[in-house]
Amino acid sequence: MKKSSLIGIIVIAIAIAVIVSTSSSASSYVTFDEAYAMSETGKESTIHVVGELKKNSAGQIVGVKPSEDRLTVEFILVDDNQKEQTVFLNSPMPSDLMNSDKVVVIGGYKNDRFMADKVLLKCPSKYEETTL
Amino acid sequence: MEDQTIHLGIGNAGHIFVIISFVTSILATFAYGKAALNNELGKDSWVSFGRRVFIAHGVAVIATAVTLFLIIYFHYFEYHYAWSHSSLNLAVHYMIACFWEGQEGSFLIWTLWNALLGFVLIKTNKKWEAPVMTVFSMVQAFLTSMILGVVFFGEFKLGSSPFILLRDVIEDPRFLINPNFVPSDGTGLNPLLQNYWMVIHPPMTFLGFSLTLVPFSFCIAGLWRKDFKDWIRPALPWTIFGGVILGTAIIMGGYWAYETLNFGGYWNWDPVENAVYVPWLILIASMHTMIVFKKSETALKTSIVLVIATFILILYATFLTRSGILGNTSVHSFTDLGLSGQLLIYLLFFLIGSIALAASVWKRIPTSDKEASTYSREFWIFIGALTLCLMSFQVLVPTSFPVINKIIEFFGGLSSLAPPTNQVEFYSQWQLWFGIAIALLSGTGQFFFWKKMDKEKLKSAISFPILISLVLSAIIFTTTKIFDPIYIVILVAGVYSIVSNTYILVSLFKSKSYKLTGGSIAHIGIAMMLIGIMFSEGYSKVISVNTTKISNEFTEEQNTNNVVLFLQTKKNMGGYELLYRGEGMSAQGIPGYVKKSYLDPTPNPHYKVAIQPIIKDGKTYAQEGDTLYFRTPENTYHEIKYTSVRTGKSFTLYPRTQVNNDMGGQTLVSPDIKKQWNRDLYTFVALQHDFEDEFTDWNEKEIIKLDSIGQRFFINDYVAQYNGLEKVHAVNFIELGPNDIAIRANITVFAEEGEKYKLRPQFIIQKQNIVARPPVLNQEIASRVTLENIDPDNGSISLAIETSRTDWVILQAIEKPHINILWIGTIIMIIGFIIATRRRYSEFVKMRDKGFA
Repeated sequence: MKKSSLIGIIVIAIAIAVIVSTSSSASSYVTFDEAYAMSETGKESTIHVVGELKKNSAGQIVGVKPSEDRLTVEFILVDDNQKEQTVFLNSPMPSDLMNSDKVVVIGGYKNDRFMADKVLLKCPSKYEETTL
Repeated sequence: MEDQTIHLGIGNAGHIFVIISFVTSILATFAYGKAALNNELGKDSWVSFGRRVFIAHGVAVIATAVTLFLIIYFHYFEYHYAWSHSSLNLAVHYMIACFWEGQEGSFLIWTLWNALLGFVLIKTNKKWEAPVMTVFSMVQAFLTSMILGVVFFGEFKLGSSPFILLRDVIEDPRFLINPNFVPSDGTGLNPLLQNYWMVIHPPMTFLGFSLTLVPFSFCIAGLWRKDFKDWIRPALPWTIFGGVILGTAIIMGGYWAYETLNFGGYWNWDPVENAVYVPWLILIASMHTMIVFKKSETALKTSIVLVIATFILILYATFLTRSGILGNTSVHSFTDLGLSGQLLIYLLFFLIGSIALAASVWKRIPTSDKEASTYSREFWIFIGALTLCLMSFQVLVPTSFPVINKIIEFFGGLSSLAPPTNQVEFYSQWQLWFGIAIALLSGTGQFFFWKKMDKEKLKSAISFPILISLVLSAIIFTTTKIFDPIYIVILVAGVYSIVSNTYILVSLFKSKSYKLTGGSIAHIGIAMMLIGIMFSEGYSKVISVNTTKISNEFTEEQNTNNVVLFLQTKKNMGGYELLYRGEGMSAQGIPGYVKKSYLDPTPNPHYKVAIQPIIKDGKTYAQEGDTLYFRTPENTYHEIKYTSVRTGKSFTLYPRTQVNNDMGGQTLVSPDIKKQWNRDLYTFVALQHDFEDEFTDWNEKEIIKLDSIGQRFFINDYVAQYNGLEKVHAVNFIELGPNDIAIRANITVFAEEGEKYKLRPQFIIQKQNIVARPPVLNQEIASRVTLENIDPDNGSISLAIETSRTDWVILQAIEKPHINILWIGTIIMIIGFIIATRRRYSEFVKMRDKGFA
């Protein structure tokens, strides 16, 4: 075999390995029900869920409970299907949790609880001011 | 207060300069294009016309940039750009950063660099001027159109102008009353970007972007003029120079993130970082294949593909970061200015154009039939370039997920691909193997430098360096206790690359071929970076281990990364005794930080009043009652004293929290880093206590009656002394009316370390009614004190005291061992690149002066 074809084959093999590894590591955005189903079947352990913090009728955020020592926090997230889920976060409460629009939790179900490894907050951005 | 004249002239001038630069870029494209086409006949007049037009274009671009800077510098807040990116309280050197905070300004700096590079190319090139400058002018036409801000046919808007007036963007009733209304202050530069790296990192990045245009233009010129080989020589020094500028810019961005953001490292594989890393790798690959071509006439087609790919990937990076497509996936937020369509056209035009051009002449591009020998330098450099391409491909694919989602949606499908949940781990596991391969190749490739090699010669040349590197690595991993097999492999590969490149370097020095040392020096730098990354990331260790409480909910490892520090309470952590000593702010003219408890607020957050003398190291900087100026009142610094348990030596770190109003009032956390020779100690405050929040429990009010001056009592177990009442004439800087009365009680609290705090609760009566008894919060003693009542008969007062738990911060501290190897490696790499650039440039000049270019 010519050396160049050999190199070509190796390059293609690595490229395919990259794509396969990427698609198997890729996460996806799902709802809590889907996430639960996934954990039941043992298919995937960590996923992204997008939602909003639970609010009462007056529009106030409810259900945010930092632990006694403040090192952890739990809160109630409402996903796109309006399903409510208590989420445990194992790090200090992100200081902007209370004024975030949207919350992305990355984590999964463990023993029927949703444990977040990471929380991403989408805060109302003021990059482009629209009022004086 | 408000300046009611508006400076229309300067904005109009700026707008006209943009239009001139746009029109001249099109004219220059045409003129230079004509010159390149009419190879012989009438060429000279078209060239000199094109040159004049391009110089006019460059001057107009410079004028545009100067105009925009003047608008920012003179605080013309009637302009949207100045209003939304600058403010009166901004330090002058950050006004430069305002220039490129907005998208329009960053396009402008890109255009400016291109124009300046165009001048250099006109000056230094003869034969290539016409075709190269055609491509340059064409790119300039696209770029200037981004800031044109002209509306065609009443609907179609081309570009977004930085010279637009505030009243044309923001709807506000004040403009209806007075169209010349000018706000008294701007909204300011995002405080997160108020960092010296942000003054230099963006222009470096854009210079890097501009430099990729140079080899691209030469390549296109070569294909167009069917001069397939000659373009490499003039393009090569620019490619190397682009490599060093873009590489430095990437690392500067990483360093900024390391110092400013709290993700605990210098590289987070964020899409914005990846978007520039990908083309940089391809650029480095193209540089190597171009060197191969110069040596052996092979790899020409590969070079062409890679040079084009570099430029297209730069355009793709611009599209990714500026079109808003990254959305959820990036910590960086970019708003779409309505330019995404224009950006896409820019990208597709050059993508399709260059592919079509290359395809049309592909068969005529000379190729070398002979295969490079396995024992040739070219072969190994080529393999190295391929590795770089794969390395870049691995990052490109996941970074493009949002684009893939969009494309699938465009064709009616549904795709919800999200980035890998642990992106650092995901990218690192691939990149580190590529890194190892690069180190091994760059070490071995150097041995083919001199003469023709065969198996035997290679063996004898290589065995000594291999032996040395094995011994060295063994010493390093036993002394630093590295047992992870992957890290041992990285270490061996890195050391091998350093040893073998040093070996070559020494022989180059011996033969006094200093000019040729660039490659080996750069490779030594890269290998050091690899080792530095391995140590600082692989052995990055959280030392803020919390051993006091482990919740049942979580695994041990999860629960122990943060410690709670209570005010003035010592705690041991990672060989240090830690002491949290309170929150401070940075005041103008006072070194260090001023405790928040020494300050009373005023209506303007930039000004605060000292309620007690401010003394630092025996020098008094402010008397009681002095007003102090705070340039950045959004920043709070937490004083954490570290005392080494072993040596008793201590130092203090001031990790920062910032309430960022430019980002919706988010609290942003920045670390403070203690740099030691063998490691960095990286500390940030994960959460600070906010006494005003809803989670703070206050004990029930306790009423204390005080009737004599000098009387002592307790507040939250601290001794306090009542020093009498005092009439005040202004409350919160508002003058009181003749019949209004405001009285304050003066109380001194004796706290730890001989510290005294003053509490001055007020009692305000207007029109014979009690109107306010605002409580005074002192967080050092975790208490709120209200002047409840004053008995006019005997002069006694009642204080209401509420107490809470002591102030605290939650701290995370990370050790980054041997991170300095990474920074030193970076500097060495930069030096190597510069030497290589000089060498290739003088080669070009020599050939040009002989009439070959």
